[in-house]
Amino acid sequence: MTASSGGAVKAQPWNDLSARPYVEIERITKSFGDFKAVDDVSLKVYKGEIFCLLGASGCGKTTLLRMLGGFETPTSGRVLIDGEDMSGVPPYERPVNMMFQSYALFPHMSVEQNVAFGLKQDRLPKHEIQERVATMLDLVKMSDYAKRKPHQLSGGQRQRVALARSLVKRPKLLLLDEPLGALDKKLREHTQFELISLQDKLGVTFIVVTHDQEEAMTLASRIGVMNHGEIVQAGTPSEIYEFPSSRFVADFVGSVNMFEGKLIEDEPDYVRIRSPEIDAPIYVSHGISAPPGAVVWAALRPEKIFMSVAAPEGGADNVVRGTVQDIAYLGDLSIYLVKLPTGKVVRVTQPNTSRHAEAIGWDQQVYLSWDASSPVVVTR
Amino acid sequence: MALPYLWLLLFFVVPFIIVLKISFSDMDLAIPPYKPLLEWVGQNSLAIKVNFENYAFLFTDSLYLNAFANSIKVAFLSTLLCLIIGYPMAYGIARARPALRNILLLLVILPFWTSLLLRVYAWIGLLKANGVINNVLMSLGIIHEPLTMLYTPFAMYVGIVYSYLPFLILPLYANLEKMDWQLLEAAQDLGCRPWQAFFKITLPLSRNGILAGSMLVFIPAVGEFVIPALLGGPNALMIGRVLWDEFFSNRAWPVASAVAILLLILLVPFMMWYQSVQARETAGAR
Repeated sequence: MTASSGGAVKAQPWNDLSARPYVEIERITKSFGDFKAVDDVSLKVYKGEIFCLLGASGCGKTTLLRMLGGFETPTSGRVLIDGEDMSGVPPYERPVNMMFQSYALFPHMSVEQNVAFGLKQDRLPKHEIQERVATMLDLVKMSDYAKRKPHQLSGGQRQRVALARSLVKRPKLLLLDEPLGALDKKLREHTQFELISLQDKLGVTFIVVTHDQEEAMTLASRIGVMNHGEIVQAGTPSEIYEFPSSRFVADFVGSVNMFEGKLIEDEPDYVRIRSPEIDAPIYVSHGISAPPGAVVWAALRPEKIFMSVAAPEGGADNVVRGTVQDIAYLGDLSIYLVKLPTGKVVRVTQPNTSRHAEAIGWDQQVYLSWDASSPVVVTR
Repeated sequence: MALPYLWLLLFFVVPFIIVLKISFSDMDLAIPPYKPLLEWVGQNSLAIKVNFENYAFLFTDSLYLNAFANSIKVAFLSTLLCLIIGYPMAYGIARARPALRNILLLLVILPFWTSLLLRVYAWIGLLKANGVINNVLMSLGIIHEPLTMLYTPFAMYVGIVYSYLPFLILPLYANLEKMDWQLLEAAQDLGCRPWQAFFKITLPLSRNGILAGSMLVFIPAVGEFVIPALLGGPNALMIGRVLWDEFFSNRAWPVASAVAILLLILLVPFMMWYQSVQARETAGAR
């Protein structure tokens, strides 16, 4: 459960106190009139990371990205990139490139000219420009389309050109605004993995803005979940998913069953929660820090609930009965909506491991149970 | 469907044929002052008499060619001035807040609510020796003698640029308004200073708007008559003026018609160019 999402054990510089952050955002705030688009955000991103800013539209993630690119001036706070203070440095002098959501390819220039644009701007020698453009187009597999104009390309091809154009200058930091937003689902999945391998090859630090939690989970080394201009939680995808720090994060990333209740037993190594929404007490096998009598929420992921027709073995804790109200068959898994006697509807997912129809059907009485380590208790 | 063609037939083709016919006929001291092309000779034979003299005449007297050349020069310079003044205005409007944009556009169109003639007369009031501008400058002590502005090329250019500016701003605005401003951010992101981004991105992308607006100024400005006549003084030799003189003062309708036809032939390539630019603009291909 605590293993990182990729499975591979990668370096985790954010847990290493001696590691020097590559991008440092220090208490940055951006106000538009009375509205704080970004509210006192501090963040450290390390070299070679893919850091995803995840949030709903209007949460301030794009404003934060634009401040890194130099397109917006922070109301207060500052940004350091590789130790250099970026305050007052215009976009054209920052060691940063951005891949825009709309791709912003120059329509009057060919693919080649688009990619060469930034290098020409730096007045590099002609042969070097040619060489680097060719290498980059090869890397994104667009060499055959070098002479085409943007309007002659498909969405996926445009995305590659935009990527090539923003990487060809070898920026210290690449900012990506919804990089895959305009692609259809199949292409998006494919491109996600290409993006990761490309980033791995070039070693450029990525900061990605996305509203798509699946995209964030696949791409990111770490995710910063944003809400109302603040980063409410930052961590690896598995930390965010398995140990959400608030109801908002638990609910925003993946789906979750939330039970509101009060602590009836509060011990250092376990707690028991009584919720009016559920008959049985919820037993959690780890302690939490909450003032006595405080309202807490137990968050339970749908895939961590076991469903059975026969009563499971064990005590009365973490076992409830319910009636199957609805079933959604998704192929790889099925979603069951189970109604508890209290009226609360619980979402349960089960993988369809067998090709033959499961015994559980509509209106069936079932037992729901879960491991004592599965619920996450949040206090806000 | 047939209505536009009927319109063209009635108000363009028919007058054009009449003018063309007159340009090929002989002058006559009669009403109208030209001889008919077709004449009944005897009982049953119809004689057609086409006279190319009028056209030949235009090339023998340097007055006409000079007038043509001068008209093109004036129209060209006026277009250039309109572009220099109008581009920043169109750009400013296109980048203004949407609410402000409509007000600014209204201000551009507002002069059309008064007749052109009145507005040109207003310029006379501004520019003349004891006019508003001279009086203000003298009362401020900047000058001690009134400047001669009226009946100079300066006044004529002021009048033409002032009158035609909206024709340049509107198509250019329509083009710039469609522009994706994020392209400028992308250019800056790739190392362009804002002015470099303007010359490398905005200017080439607004090419069609520039061409369309310029043609809308240039084509009518070549044949402009009222403004040079009222503001330009006697030396402003423009083809519209020559045409008017031939027609009304000399009553040389055939020569005047030949001037008109030649002017039309001169402008056809520009009109065709304008049409193709327009077609490209509406097709959306850049």
